[in-house]
Amino acid sequence: MNAHDLYVVSPYLAMAGAAALVIILDLLPPLSTRTGRGLLPYIAFLLLSAPFALSLIQLYDLGQSTNLVRDGQSIGEASILIGSLSVDRFALFFNFLVTGAAALVILASTEYLRLMPRFQGEYLGLLLFSASGMMLLAAATELITIYVALELTTLPLAALGAFLMNGRSSEAGIKFLIIGAISSALLLYGMALVFGFSGSTQLSEISNAVARAGSDIPFGNYALLVGLVLLVAGFGFKISAAPFQMWVPDVYEGAPTTVVAFLSVASKAAGFAVLLRVMFTGFFDVSLDWAILMAALAAASMTIGNLVAIAQSNIRRLFGYSTIAHAGYLLVGVAAGVQQAPTAPATPQFAAIGPDSVLFYLGAYTAANLTAFFAIAAISDRIGSDRINDYAGLVTRSPALAIILALALIALIGVPPTGIFIAKLYVFTAAVDSGLAWLAIIGVINSAVSAYYYIRIIRLMFLGQSPAIYTPNPNNPNAPTPSRNPAPWAAMTLAAAALVFMGIAPGYLMQAANAAIRALGV
Amino acid sequence: MVNEFNGLLTATVFLPAAGAALILLFPGNPGTRRDRMIRIWAATIAAADLALALLVFAQFDRAADAPRYQFIDQFAWIPDLGLKASYLLAVDGLSAPLVALTGLLGFCAVLVSPPALAAGGATLRAKEYFFWLLLLQSAVMGVFTSLDLLLFFLFWELELIPMYMLISIWGSGRKEYSAMKFLIFTILGSAFMLVGIVAVFLTPDVGTFSLIDLSLAGPALMGAATLIPLAWLFWLFFVAFAVKLPTWPLHTWLPDAHTDAPTAASVMLAGVLLKMGGYGLLRINVGLFPAQAEQFAWVLVILGVVSVLYGAVVTMRQTDLKRLIAYSSVSHMGLVMLGLGSVGISNGTLTVTGLSGAAMQLFTHGTITGLLFLTVGIIYEKAHTRYIPDLGGLAGRMPFVAAAMLIAGLASLGLPGLSGFVSELLVFLGAFRAYGWPTALAVLGIILAAGYILWMMERAFFGSRRERFADLTDASPVEAIPLALMVICIIGIGIYPALLTDVFDSALTPMIQAINGG
Repeated sequence: MNAHDLYVVSPYLAMAGAAALVIILDLLPPLSTRTGRGLLPYIAFLLLSAPFALSLIQLYDLGQSTNLVRDGQSIGEASILIGSLSVDRFALFFNFLVTGAAALVILASTEYLRLMPRFQGEYLGLLLFSASGMMLLAAATELITIYVALELTTLPLAALGAFLMNGRSSEAGIKFLIIGAISSALLLYGMALVFGFSGSTQLSEISNAVARAGSDIPFGNYALLVGLVLLVAGFGFKISAAPFQMWVPDVYEGAPTTVVAFLSVASKAAGFAVLLRVMFTGFFDVSLDWAILMAALAAASMTIGNLVAIAQSNIRRLFGYSTIAHAGYLLVGVAAGVQQAPTAPATPQFAAIGPDSVLFYLGAYTAANLTAFFAIAAISDRIGSDRINDYAGLVTRSPALAIILALALIALIGVPPTGIFIAKLYVFTAAVDSGLAWLAIIGVINSAVSAYYYIRIIRLMFLGQSPAIYTPNPNNPNAPTPSRNPAPWAAMTLAAAALVFMGIAPGYLMQAANAAIRALGV
Repeated sequence: MVNEFNGLLTATVFLPAAGAALILLFPGNPGTRRDRMIRIWAATIAAADLALALLVFAQFDRAADAPRYQFIDQFAWIPDLGLKASYLLAVDGLSAPLVALTGLLGFCAVLVSPPALAAGGATLRAKEYFFWLLLLQSAVMGVFTSLDLLLFFLFWELELIPMYMLISIWGSGRKEYSAMKFLIFTILGSAFMLVGIVAVFLTPDVGTFSLIDLSLAGPALMGAATLIPLAWLFWLFFVAFAVKLPTWPLHTWLPDAHTDAPTAASVMLAGVLLKMGGYGLLRINVGLFPAQAEQFAWVLVILGVVSVLYGAVVTMRQTDLKRLIAYSSVSHMGLVMLGLGSVGISNGTLTVTGLSGAAMQLFTHGTITGLLFLTVGIIYEKAHTRYIPDLGGLAGRMPFVAAAMLIAGLASLGLPGLSGFVSELLVFLGAFRAYGWPTALAVLGIILAAGYILWMMERAFFGSRRERFADLTDASPVEAIPLALMVICIIGIGIYPALLTDVFDSALTPMIQAINGG
């Protein structure tokens, strides 16, 4: 490890450092007092500027090169820290995405944190530790690093899920922890098999070994077959794809809303980041085989998510199923990254438009889901309920919140002029382009189905009769008096503005996504 | 791609949306005074937009050697990364009259709005109401002027939300059911269109969403190796437009939506939203797939004839004024389909007559049905019923409204000298050359139309006067303006149809040449 290595990992160090600093500051006198406590979230927000600025410097430093490796380094040092990380545009794309999401979630959490002033340091610290794990996950190019980063992502989230310390919240935390442990075990077993086959944990060397594998059985080799299927299953839990989705609705229902917001976008983005990197750089030579697997998972996720969402009466559970459906749309893009080469039929060919569309979709989905969850958190504060029927007539009580939530819901259907419309179009275009027209048709039909349950909420908010006598229940700890704290509003407005901006001027994000995918170097 | 910016069309499309955004900023509490200000503001915006739309129509260069697409606004919207789309607004002879129609009906819809609203006894919510109404106008204007398929789709979908809100909040009867039905039918239809759009874009050597590029280079798709067979593409687009038109058997959303919508929404729905379907069929199904249009013309004719006759027969049975007009729309939109079917002549001697009739029918039906819904709205607002057996002898109480209704009705049944006659005659002339017997059957629809229109007039407006309607008053001056505008249009086009046919033919002739050549 030298100074250059330190520079390369500085965004991750800065993020983890911010987490540690927040925990320490929480205990020091100026902030441990009653008046000083309220400042902690804003300090955490400001601390996020460090990883952001360092990522920005690295992006500038990257220039035209693929990743941050100095010329003249020997093959063994092809990437830093003995080849465990690759800091390239792909990693930086997720640095910005995760940092941005974390910043907005912290702003939105200020309101919620007033409820439990004693545990602010823990809440913010865990959030930032998880964020640093997500950033590492996008840069990791080695199986053990991936595993460690994944655990760093998951464990703080499990603690955060149980943060409310009531029955449902604890259930959510435990469920997330156990399911996370099982999926980690699967992943580890898959990694062991892959290591046994390839003799290396480096993705680049695994790729070489896979290229030498035979082609008479699926995935070239039975060890590779089982290993890869287990890897996909492990990642499937993280990205909440069917049939690994059963934890999602329960966790979404019980965990604090702001935590769910972070979980639903940043954790999912990191899961897709690692999925894309592992699959495309490590196992591209057998991609024709796993593309079918991805397509099947995509179809299952979209269909199960959307059909079950129709029957939900709790808005968080509904969003739980909605996020499963969106994992399906995203997987369509992953499957569309592989085409059959026109010259030799059994050879895969990389189609950049597929992973491009995944990254764009992740950006748009982050904006849409954050908008929706921030609005839900604020509404939940006011009406003290997560039942969809209690949203009736919301427009007369909180017009701004109703309009913002409606915008997010319209976006999630995929109606223009919002980012997800372009994203869905991009994904389905990629699918048709890669010969997956059947999958695109399933996706389009699913989008139409999803309109039903999203619009049901809008209809209730705008057309329903609000309860005759509405009084917030003073005994309900979830229903404090509405405050005039501007931070959650700022977070909501920023997310909504980003959402519409991506729909009207999608070019910027598309170019960023395109550059990120090219850095994968498939 | 060349960046051009004329600005006129951009202003026409976005003026109502900008006006709508400003409405949200109107200060003050809900009340008659603020609502009045909002109404005046909305009327001003709509009038300005009408002026712009008329300017587009008047300035449109009709000379034989004029460029086919005019007033082009174009610049890159999505860069060339897998998707490539441009912001491209332009009009040709097909869309220029429809832009004018949208401006006209949008203005009328605003003028007729507030009185009809108060009748329901519901709170007015004027701010939201005019916001959605103006936004709707922007979206429809966008549909008629955008020549980039992706932008076209964007406006196509954008129009749904305002209409859903207008029907489900300010409607009557089973308004939420009707609004949802309208939404689901259209969304499902447009899902097919989206697949078609993507498939067109992904065709090797096409790689563009620009309808100008797709149509000016000749039928670019004809020889290309499309991902989906051309015939499938044709049907993917067809379903979306046939739902919107609507044609039998995809029409069932229309009577519900029309009946339950507030007057202004009915006017916009019948007057311009249905025209989006006919416009799409002409622009895309005939314009981009001439060979398929010729090949499947017989299907269009069958659908057209069934729609005309079925619509007319069902109309005879209606007792609700609005429902009656709604079903008559199904019948009249069947004529558009029949006119499109006229491309089925396969001996290379096709003339523009049938298509011209279809396009004319779009415009004339817009004004005629717009007028019918306006009058029904005024009657309902005063008499509080649309049930025909309860009405009667209204002509004595409201002579001006009755006269307007009579003119619209006569135009609807095709009385020579009024606009409906011109378009229906052109449709029948064109279709008869291709399909004699089916066209002869469809002419029966006109006889049925005479039946239901005159019977309705007799029961509702003439006959003995009812005591309970003794204190009805005629249309107020504000209400009379839209009626008068429509009557002028109907009579004007009836007397001098070349005003429109010349413009339409300038866009339709290249399509005919493509069919004759292929």
